[in-house]
Amino acid sequence: MVTELVIIGGGPAGMSAAIAAYENGIRDILILERDSSLGGILQQCIHNGFGLHKFGEELTGPEYAWRYEKKVKELGIAYKLDTMVIDISEDKVITATNSADGVFQIEAKAIILAMGCRERSKGEIRFTGTRPSGIYSAGTAQKLVNLEGYMPGKEVVILGSGDIGLIMARRMTLEGAHVKAVCELMPYSGGLARNIEQCLNDFGIPLMLSTTVVEIHGKERLEGITIAKVDANRRPIEETKEYIACDTLLLSVGLIPENELSKKATVNLDRITNGAVVDQDRQTSQEGVFACGNVLHVHDLVDFVSEEAEIAGISAANYIKGETEEKITIPVKTDGKIRYTVPQVITKNKDVTVYFRVADVFRNVKINVYNGEKLVLSKKKAKVAPGEMESIKLTKEQFADCGELTFKLEEA
Amino acid sequence: MKRELTCIVCPIGCSLEVELDNGKVVSVTGNTCPRGKVYAENECTNPKRTITTTVKCSNGEVLPVKTKEPIAKEKIFEAMKVINTTVATTPIEVGDVIIDDVFGSELVATRNMK
Repeated sequence: MVTELVIIGGGPAGMSAAIAAYENGIRDILILERDSSLGGILQQCIHNGFGLHKFGEELTGPEYAWRYEKKVKELGIAYKLDTMVIDISEDKVITATNSADGVFQIEAKAIILAMGCRERSKGEIRFTGTRPSGIYSAGTAQKLVNLEGYMPGKEVVILGSGDIGLIMARRMTLEGAHVKAVCELMPYSGGLARNIEQCLNDFGIPLMLSTTVVEIHGKERLEGITIAKVDANRRPIEETKEYIACDTLLLSVGLIPENELSKKATVNLDRITNGAVVDQDRQTSQEGVFACGNVLHVHDLVDFVSEEAEIAGISAANYIKGETEEKITIPVKTDGKIRYTVPQVITKNKDVTVYFRVADVFRNVKINVYNGEKLVLSKKKAKVAPGEMESIKLTKEQFADCGELTFKLEEA
Repeated sequence: MKRELTCIVCPIGCSLEVELDNGKVVSVTGNTCPRGKVYAENECTNPKRTITTTVKCSNGEVLPVKTKEPIAKEKIFEAMKVINTTVATTPIEVGDVIIDDVFGSELVATRNMK
C-alpha cells in the first residue's frame, strides 16, 4: 500500500496538519491514532482556556478537539483508530498494527510526526523511601478522574506547579479531595498566573515554592511524604524537613516529546527540546519527514500546536507536489540563556517566525538577534520565563547573506 | 481601599490593581484589555467562575460538561453536588443541555457520546 501522506498521531497536531495538507491539494491522507478516538490528550483536558488565540473564544479541551475532528470527517480524511505504529524505516515505510488489520505496512511519500509528548515519571525524579500505591503522574490521575470516573485518592499533595499540576489541584478539590499543598522545586511556578489564581487561590491551596518531596512513607498505600525546602542549588535543607500525611501524591514534573519512532526513522534530535531538529517548514533531517506539536517541542497552548501543525501540513503538501524552492542553510544558534529555538535551521529565503524558550526568569531584557557581529533585530521584554514560549518574526531581508543567526538574551 | 488581583480571562494573566470605595469599584489599572476591567469589577462585587467537570452517563461512560455561563463562586460546591447526582442519557452531542439551571446557568455537554 502506498499513501501520499501518513500522519502519526490524531491529536490536535495531527488533525490540524491533515486539514492543512488537504486544503493544499492533497487527498490521499491517512491519520494513524493509537487511542480509540481522535483528539489526543485534549479529551482528558476537560477544563476551559483553549482556543482563545485560534477561535477567539474559550473552549474546553474536548470542544477544541471536536472543531478539528468535525472538519476531518467533513473533508473525508481517512484515519485508523486503535492503531499503533511500531516502526518507521529510513525509506518511509511505516509498520503498524491493530486488531482488524493485524500487522501492516504503508509506504508513504511524506510523513508527519505528531505523536505528542508524555509525562516524566517517578523514576526520573528519584526520591527515596518505599514504593506504595497512591503515586500517580498528574496526567494519569486526570485520565482516571475525567475519562474513567475514578478518584485516585482523598488526601492529596501535588509535586510540580506547571499547569497540569495546578489544573489537577482544582479538579481533585471539586471532586471532594483535600489537596493539602502544591510543592514546587523552583522558586517560581511554571504555570500560568491565571491558573495559580483560579486553581489554587480560589480554594485556599498553598503553593510551596523551593520545596520538594524527599521521602515516601507507607507500605501498601501511601501514608505520607516528607518535604523539604531546597537551597539555591536545589538541594534539600535538612532542618526544613516536614512530614505531611497523605494517601495520594501527584507528580507534575515535566513533559518529554515522544520520539521513539522518530529515532527509528533516523531523524536527528535536538538534545535540548528532545524533539527533531527542523527547518522553517518543520521538515526534519530526513527529507519528506515533518514534525509538529508536542513531539517537536512542548508547547504552552494548543492554539500554537495547531498553528505549527498547519505549517507542517502545508510543507508536506508542497513536498508531495514537488514544489521546491531554492535551498539555503542558516543555522540558528542560542547563547544558553535562550535554551533553544524552533526551527533550528533556516533553509528557505522567506519570512520566518522563530519560537524559543529561556532558561530562567529574567527581567528587563532584550532579545537580540545577530548575523555574525551585526545586530539585525532587538526586542525588549519586561519579563521572560521558562514557562512562556516566546517568538520573533524575521523578514527574509534580515537574514539575507547570513552565515549563521544567533539569538542572545542581553540586558536592556 | 486597594485590592490586587490576577486576571483569569486569558493566558496573559495581568496583575490588576483595583481601587475600591465602600465596596464600589473606583478604578482598575494593570489590565491590557477591556475584559480585564470587567473581570476586576465583577471579581470585587460578584465573583463568578465557569465550572468544568463530568457527569455519569446512562451507558456507564463519563461525559465532560461545563456551565455555559460562569456561576457565583460561592456556589461551586453546591453546584458540584447537583451535578454529581445527575445521570445524562445517551446519545449526547456537544452543546446538549444536561441540566437546565445550575445556579443560573445551563450545564452543557462538551463532547459527543454514543
